[in-house]
Amino acid sequence: MTGRGSGGGALRIRALRREFGSFAALEGLDLDVPAGEFVALLGPSGCGKSTALNLLAGLLEPTTGTVSLDGRRIDRLPPEKRGIGMVFQNYALFPHLTVADNVAFGLRMRGCPKPERAERVRRSLDLVRLRAQADRYPRQLSGGQQQRVAIARAVVVEPRLVLMDEPLSNLDASLRLDLRTEIRALHQQLGLTTIYVTHDQAEALSLADRLVVLRDGTVQQVGTPAEVYERPANAFVAGFVGYRNSVPGELAAGVFDAGPLVLRVGGTGSTPPDGGRVVAMIRPEDLLITREPATGAGNEVPVDVRVCEYQGRSFAVEGTGPGGRVLHGRSDQPVRPGERAVAVVAPDRIRVFAAPEEGARAGGAALLAGREPS
Amino acid sequence: MRAAGPAGATSDLDHPEAYRLTWRDRARQRGLTPTLWLVAPGVVFMIVFFVYPLCYGVGLSLQGTGGWFSAYRDFFANRLVNDHGSRESILITLELALAASIVNVALAVPVAYRMRGTVRAKRTIMAVVLVPMTLGTVFVASAMKEFLGPSGWLNRALLHTGVVDQPLQLVGNFTGVLLSLVFTGLPFAFLLMVGYTSGIDPSLVQAAAVCGARPAQRFWLVTFPLLLPGMTITFCLSFVLAFGVFPSATLVGNDAGPTRVLSKIAYTEYSYGRYPTASAAAVVMAVVQLAVLGLVLWGRGLLHRGPTTGGKG
Repeated sequence: MTGRGSGGGALRIRALRREFGSFAALEGLDLDVPAGEFVALLGPSGCGKSTALNLLAGLLEPTTGTVSLDGRRIDRLPPEKRGIGMVFQNYALFPHLTVADNVAFGLRMRGCPKPERAERVRRSLDLVRLRAQADRYPRQLSGGQQQRVAIARAVVVEPRLVLMDEPLSNLDASLRLDLRTEIRALHQQLGLTTIYVTHDQAEALSLADRLVVLRDGTVQQVGTPAEVYERPANAFVAGFVGYRNSVPGELAAGVFDAGPLVLRVGGTGSTPPDGGRVVAMIRPEDLLITREPATGAGNEVPVDVRVCEYQGRSFAVEGTGPGGRVLHGRSDQPVRPGERAVAVVAPDRIRVFAAPEEGARAGGAALLAGREPS
Repeated sequence: MRAAGPAGATSDLDHPEAYRLTWRDRARQRGLTPTLWLVAPGVVFMIVFFVYPLCYGVGLSLQGTGGWFSAYRDFFANRLVNDHGSRESILITLELALAASIVNVALAVPVAYRMRGTVRAKRTIMAVVLVPMTLGTVFVASAMKEFLGPSGWLNRALLHTGVVDQPLQLVGNFTGVLLSLVFTGLPFAFLLMVGYTSGIDPSLVQAAAVCGARPAQRFWLVTFPLLLPGMTITFCLSFVLAFGVFPSATLVGNDAGPTRVLSKIAYTEYSYGRYPTASAAAVVMAVVQLAVLGLVLWGRGLLHRGPTTGGKG
């Protein structure tokens, strides 16, 4: 922790797989993380992201596959020999030790001499702004402070790799934002290689240099936050990063046809499948609900407004489109439930993906995933 | 004060009189609700079967033939009927009870520690460990007397296989009583310890491992300190159970010699109709027991007594 970009090792994961009985929690993860990078594993619960993290920590044995850190195989080492730091979802601070002793624990295990230990504990408590609380016990601290102690405990040993297992999900909303910024700042300052597990796309997008989107133990997409956000690889990823509207239908010659609902699509950027069964996905932000549409703005779809929520700058509107399809959009002026309005969406704001094999069910799953708290 | 609306307030809200608190409201604000009557049977039971006999016994012990404390003087001067050393039996009882409860806790902790989380055949293991508790002490003692006796199965098996050439002396002495106390007390200690070990958040041990602690360090630096308060409670309860030992001391021990426990002395005195000295023995027993418990619980005050989880669960 002497300065920017000092710490962190290069992580290399090859065909990492873990089965529980006949169920594969993680099937074949390949990932190269250069030194100092911040990678987020993103996915809904049960997607294998926590399994992956526990495999890296050594808390689980992989069924097959290898993990190496700075060229050294670590996948068969017990956790205490891996030289990593970890932050747990429930903080996992030792309740019988003071804050300073909690932070010093890893240094003690490494046989760090006492004066140096005290100095390093002090510095890392300064880093998380908890120096004044050094002699308190964890139960005397707030949740946010406890998690900052856990972060200090993880980074004080200057690990080659830091693992974070949904560290913010037990905190309330405003604290979560503060600590998120703090984690980002800390990473920029220390440059530690970090693997961060979360189900919250906003957290992943704002923190990570690179995202790995997982589903049912398989990797869906690896890319920078911008790539994943703007060019999701499939309908599942799109649903997860905010494409809340998903309409199954058919695509032919730039026209999306879902029975009563017909949309012009174009310039999508993603590679649309040539014809056949597809899903069209639209972000609520790109679907403008209005009473009198400007002509030529894009596709116009009649909607019956069901719910209108005030959200400060605009209104979130839920309505029923042609064929009884539920649509989520936004509006600049309040609309009343029961009112007939028009949903306008530009052709280039519609993403078209090959329909998932499971058909309508997967579309529903994507919708559900998109609703996870952000 | 105005917020509390008694029953009368609903009919006449505007009238200031309606906001005045009745004695019932005040009682309720102090936590005195009608449900408190549920405590009554327990209180009556305590008074009739604990407080009164205790006072009566203490009073009785002060009515010795030779003045206020003569019964105690007799006790400590070894002047009781059928005397085998009443002063010494304080030590004997203490030794037995301490040894039994230490062995019980020491054996219960590792088993209970292994049993937290998912273990194959957990229910079977639990059943096997808990069965001895369902057997009475008298039953266990008489069975042990047969099994561990000089011509019991164990000694015969050991003699036949040539492990020993003399039968082991396992009954009629301290060892016999200790074995019987462990046999009946261990399930109890184990049950208590399972509660304490499973109360420790498993992620604490994982956190210690990731921090670089080897398995032994994880146990001694994290699990053990968090278990200590539970261990002291288990120790205290085992101790109380073992201290009053009577059937096994008589059946598998030798109550005229090495296992002459305090309860046996009190019993003998009573059976000779010498109530003051019998009560004195019982009071001595209670005082010694309370002293040990007090010491242990005082020591516990120096330990960590907070939560055994590392944050929000």
